[in-house]
Amino acid sequence: MSEYYAQGDALFDAKDPGGPIEERWDKRRFEAKLISPANRRKRSVIVIGTGLAGGSAAATLGEAGYRIKVFCYQDSARRAHSIAAQGGINAAKDYRNDGDSIRRLFYDTVKGGDYRSRESNVYRLAQASVSIIDQAVAQGVPFAREYGGLLDTRSFGGVQVSRTFYARGQTGQQLLLGAYQALERQVAAGTVEVNTRHEMLELIVVDGKARGVVVRDMVTGAFETHLADAVVLATGGYGNAYYLSTNAMGCNVSATWRAHRKGAYFANPCYTQIHPTCIPVSGDHQSKLTLMSESLRNDGRIWVPVAAGDTRDPAQIPEAERDYYLERAYPAFGNLVPRDVASRAAKQQCDAGRGVGPTGLGVYLDFGDAIERLGRAEIEEKYGNLFDMYAKITDEDPYTTPMRIFPAIHYTMGGLWVDYDLQSTIPGLFVIGEANFSDHGANRLGASALMQGLADGYFVLPGTIGDYLASNQMPAGVDDTHPAVLEALASVRERTRRLLQINGNRTVDSFHRELGSILWEYCGMERNAEGLTVAIGLIRKLRESFWSHAKVTGINEELNQSLERAGRVADFFELAELMCIDALHRGESCGAHFRTESQTAEGEALRRDQEYSHVAAWEFAGEGMPPLLHREQLDFEYIKVQQRSYK
Amino acid sequence: MNITLRIWRQADAEAAGAMTTYEVHGISGDMSFLEMLDVLNEELALAGGDPVAFDHDCREGICGTCSLVINGIAHGPEALTTTCQLYMRHFKDGQVIDIEPWRATAFPVLRDLIVDRSALDRIIAAGGYISAPTGAAPEAHSVPVPKKNAERAFDAAACIGCGACVAACPNGSASLFLGAKITHLGSLPQGQPERDSRVLAMVEQHDAEGFGGCSQIGECTAVCPAGIPLDMISQLNHDVLAALPRNKGHGH
Repeated sequence: MSEYYAQGDALFDAKDPGGPIEERWDKRRFEAKLISPANRRKRSVIVIGTGLAGGSAAATLGEAGYRIKVFCYQDSARRAHSIAAQGGINAAKDYRNDGDSIRRLFYDTVKGGDYRSRESNVYRLAQASVSIIDQAVAQGVPFAREYGGLLDTRSFGGVQVSRTFYARGQTGQQLLLGAYQALERQVAAGTVEVNTRHEMLELIVVDGKARGVVVRDMVTGAFETHLADAVVLATGGYGNAYYLSTNAMGCNVSATWRAHRKGAYFANPCYTQIHPTCIPVSGDHQSKLTLMSESLRNDGRIWVPVAAGDTRDPAQIPEAERDYYLERAYPAFGNLVPRDVASRAAKQQCDAGRGVGPTGLGVYLDFGDAIERLGRAEIEEKYGNLFDMYAKITDEDPYTTPMRIFPAIHYTMGGLWVDYDLQSTIPGLFVIGEANFSDHGANRLGASALMQGLADGYFVLPGTIGDYLASNQMPAGVDDTHPAVLEALASVRERTRRLLQINGNRTVDSFHRELGSILWEYCGMERNAEGLTVAIGLIRKLRESFWSHAKVTGINEELNQSLERAGRVADFFELAELMCIDALHRGESCGAHFRTESQTAEGEALRRDQEYSHVAAWEFAGEGMPPLLHREQLDFEYIKVQQRSYK
Repeated sequence: MNITLRIWRQADAEAAGAMTTYEVHGISGDMSFLEMLDVLNEELALAGGDPVAFDHDCREGICGTCSLVINGIAHGPEALTTTCQLYMRHFKDGQVIDIEPWRATAFPVLRDLIVDRSALDRIIAAGGYISAPTGAAPEAHSVPVPKKNAERAFDAAACIGCGACVAACPNGSASLFLGAKITHLGSLPQGQPERDSRVLAMVEQHDAEGFGGCSQIGECTAVCPAGIPLDMISQLNHDVLAALPRNKGHGH
């Protein structure tokens, strides 16, 4: 295995203040240096990405008085992919009086992440969750309400309390609009400048500190350099490495990957969440997968025919010949088991020949009982837009025939390594939301990504970045002529020139599709050492072929979507190799990551805490060199580590 | 199936544009409209041509990025549907389909089918928010909202900001977009303190961007993929009329 990576030094989080867990965040905030309001306008920050994390961070830092420059690849900050999150956002409000608390949200999240996240970070997340709801309500986010005018909640996979706040099936959209509107308010106030249709292609590091970025104006092709005291990456996840995923088409890894190559460690890249309730693939033409909200599992019952190869119309299959396999195997949680358990169970049913639909890669999500019990009107009110979307895509009516669902790539828990302050291993480079690795461990519970994005953006980063800015101003005399700036710019020009020069005979999309199928096959829901080794070989070969046979059309000095895509796919190749190396090193099953070599007698995932209770943070060692593995040991003081069971 | 496409091609904002005809073959009914364009683009690229530039991102009907006028209708023939959620099963084998960009003074074409919709962001920046700085929020349950009002706010907040309303309006008006935001924030107790200043500033920005006035034609709501109803423009007009006498001589 050593041919794939080398051992680096152990890594630790130097900013975790220690002490009683309830007091750590207060302690850190108190110890952090402050900048007086009058001096904040002299400090500048670049924020890349305008989703829940980036939008809320930029708005909040702008309100505080810092000078903020924001960049996003979309044509408006409101379109970041956070907008597509449907089901809800968790908060430990205990409005239901059902035993919820900060402590319980903390516990559920650490357990849900299969004990591969940091206690300190997760506790802080649970603390902030309460304020997020207050903040969003104050902004006018139209959460669902009871008749008495109070907020409604529902329950989500992996938990037994009702702590998920929601706005129909469009919670992400509404929370994002709240952050976006706060951002636009700062634009009007002159504290924030938003640059849309700009893509970050390189990080500028001056004397070891992040001081700026190279971006491409996607309309004119102009390369621009922007400098600031600090840089914040809020660029989301890299699930599109798999080609077919629930991510927006433009979601990419370039910003974090470029930062990785400049020295930021990439943590747990193989931690990918597979979401159990996606609409199955219908054919080769498919460009993306569409998620049906996990909230559907509250009322929908999942089943397959008992007999393999039963192709009857579902209505013709009597109760006795249906297997509600989640309710049977996990009676306590039933259809609400966590995503990894539900996904793997669906895959096992399909592998055993009991899958449904034209491809056999699907299981039923049936609302028949719920409609009978609650009436169609109530189901329509709760899930109407999701049902409409399903009907549009599949041409089937989910009110009368069960939906078909199948797991798909959804969220990436891996990302750039950050300390308790959300600072990467490059001083001055902060990473927030899905782009960092921090809070979800090896798996993510539903309704927790929105929570982390907004916790990082509204509350955590604004509480920590000031400490850095207070004593790390840009050195005098650094401007666009500084050698580090020129070098970053030159490397972007050279890379762009190389891409445009390939002029091969194979489309970039076809390379991307092939890369995705390698990852899905060997580094998807189930992995083993042999397959991962095969995958690394295939990826290397395909990457080589890409650089000599890809067809990239047009020139740089124009709006060129072919060039944009090629640059992103080139980065996915490099990341994909690291994902496989990381998966290979982790010889245990945990969370969404199932190693066939490591399972219990019952076929459930088996963690190996002795060897793998660590974050794997990878250092880029140079082109063609094996990456360096730095382990950050995870210790659990407040939560007893145990085999995760939802039986 | 086989389809004939007539697509607006325009190299950049300054260049003259023209309709160009393409044939695409082997289209399946389960493809989305944008996947059909992906097929065309892969063929164009391999043949050494220029792929058609079009805006798209989430491809699940929520981000509001996609923006095609298909056979004269913004987002195509299906009601309550964005272009990315439009499926080829709604077209016939051998059909000729015209594809054009949004057309409005306030939405200049950048290339082919891509237009600049940043005017909508500037309308929001003019006042389309509730001033609630981070950390200053009261406990969420301290402000109950009657369910009816919350539902009304949500119906309005569902606007995805795609701009189809503008593209469909003979006046190039963004009144439906504006009405949706005014109704969203105005239906909530939190939105009351800035209600007057919000509507006046947003309308002023709307007009300054070159959007036209509303003459109640209703094409906007007919094409709106989010189902924003026309009465939200009535709400807008109501709020303007209520705010004007109270705010004589005052700016935002």
